[in-house]
Amino acid sequence: MLLSIENINVYYGRLHALRDVSLQVDRGEIVSLIGANGAGKSTALKAISGVLRPRSGTINHEGRDLAGLPPHKIARMGVAHVPEGRGVFANMTVRENLLLGAYARRSRREAEESIEKVFTLFPRLSERSAQLAGTLSGGEQQMLAIGRALVARPSLMLLDEPSMGLSPLLVGEIFNLIGEINREGTTILLVEQNAYMALSIAHRGYVLEAGGIVLSGLSADLRKDPRVQAAYLGDVGTPPPE
Amino acid sequence: MEYFVQQVINGLQIGFVYALVALGYTLVYGIVRLINFAHGDVFMVGAFIGLYAIERHHLPISAVFLAAVGGCALLAMAMERVAYRPLREAPRIASLITAIGMSLFLEYFTALHQVFGPDYYSFPRPFAVTTWEVRGITLTNIQAIIFVVTLLCLGLLQFVVYRTRTGRAMRAVSYDYVTAGLMGVNVNLVISLTFALGGALAGVGGVLYGIAYPQVNTFMGVMPGLKAFTAAVLGGIGSIPGAVLGALIMGQSETLTAAYLSSTYRDGIAFLILIAVLVWKPTGILGTARTEKV
Ligand SMILES: Nc1ncnc2c1ncn2[C@@H]1O[C@H](COP(=O)(O)OP(=O)(O)OP(=O)(O)O)[C@@H](O)[C@H]1O
Ligand SMILES: [Mg+2]
Repeated sequence: MLLSIENINVYYGRLHALRDVSLQVDRGEIVSLIGANGAGKSTALKAISGVLRPRSGTINHEGRDLAGLPPHKIARMGVAHVPEGRGVFANMTVRENLLLGAYARRSRREAEESIEKVFTLFPRLSERSAQLAGTLSGGEQQMLAIGRALVARPSLMLLDEPSMGLSPLLVGEIFNLIGEINREGTTILLVEQNAYMALSIAHRGYVLEAGGIVLSGLSADLRKDPRVQAAYLGDVGTPPPE
Repeated sequence: MEYFVQQVINGLQIGFVYALVALGYTLVYGIVRLINFAHGDVFMVGAFIGLYAIERHHLPISAVFLAAVGGCALLAMAMERVAYRPLREAPRIASLITAIGMSLFLEYFTALHQVFGPDYYSFPRPFAVTTWEVRGITLTNIQAIIFVVTLLCLGLLQFVVYRTRTGRAMRAVSYDYVTAGLMGVNVNLVISLTFALGGALAGVGGVLYGIAYPQVNTFMGVMPGLKAFTAAVLGGIGSIPGAVLGALIMGQSETLTAAYLSSTYRDGIAFLILIAVLVWKPTGILGTARTEKV
């Protein structure tokens, strides 16, 4: 097990945002976490990356307990969190953003190597490496956010709504890239409102409702589950082809 | 004409010192959105460290600067650690009041006989003053040192902030500290370093000020502190070039006011500028209105 979360509880003041959430991610998997607005999906990712501290429960990554560690230590242990809204540093160039992704690598040469690798995956970033990140289009910013996480060569990538605000065409492109990144060996925990896309790419899924996990299983089974279809997949009379 | 040029040079002298102090306000504001009102007092401590380094320890001038840099960097870091960090998530007014309290504490605590003492002390001249005269305009070696040292500091700061890994981390934390943390940046360490950098520059400023205006007192940081703060606001708080530009304008305006109107208006003009900027252009000359972080 790469990531194992047991019964975590997270609060915002008195608001109980996550209730006894347990979740596992195996090495090599894409696991998606779906749920409606305000269900607690982003909260779960923030708890894993250390932005929020659970009040109880355990989070274990590669056999090490993450509880109470600050975000920079968790990041250096191989967990890369691509936050909701992308979080690119708009006032810095594309290259500077990527260098920040490689911040934990002290060797400049290794950083450059990782960046070159990311450029082969995202040629559009390479063309725009001297451009300010704030002037990129939404899709390019999402690629930058993912590319920036990749330069850290993480063992686990947490993606928070990568499809947000993108055209259907770009959503397809981003999901193809996520699949490719996964095939090259990066384990991915994917948060999405676009449940159809998420379940089509993921091996397994969890459904979060009002801070608690209500369903989990193989993506294929979840897609067939009437509860999931009613709540998250809309009235799909004929399921789109694979 | 010579008189005017002479005043401009004198204005540059004080303007450069203000710049060193204004940078501390702007760096700290840029990274934690806090106006560190105790920053002028760090400058004062720098002047006293300079005094002791010269008078008691007879250090060479470069070592005098190093002592003030080290002492003030440590002081600023300690201040952040004990007074501001615990309040980082608290409402902004809490850290503002704490900063004012910290300022008063430093002024009165160091005024104790066991510390620096309550009187005015004369700052020893570390070298003989020489004067050059070119076409009726005089330049002293003190002014030359202020110009050279300040420009060196500015160049070094520019390099650190825009060309190093740590500078990149500082800019990242300033833009969005949560995401910076996700990149593996130790946010607390970067904030500490930023205070240290601001303190170090104030330390240099304190020693230069002591050399140029050789009288020190534990309340000497109040006026230059307020003027440097005004300079930072005028240039656009959070902007590094803005702080320097604002400081140069402040230096000129007060020197020219004293020269052509009356020296009694010298301090008044500074606060007139502050009020005018806050009313008409609160973002300052080079500042950008950026949506505040939540
Ligand atoms: N900083 C905060 N302070 C207080 N409450 C918060 C905070 N952040 C989130 N919440 C609340 O916690 C609950 C879960 O929020 P979260 O952002 O995790 O939802 P989400 O599943 O990611 O939703 P979305 O799909 O809209 O991004 C919501 O009710 C939200 O209002
Ligand atoms: Mg969310």
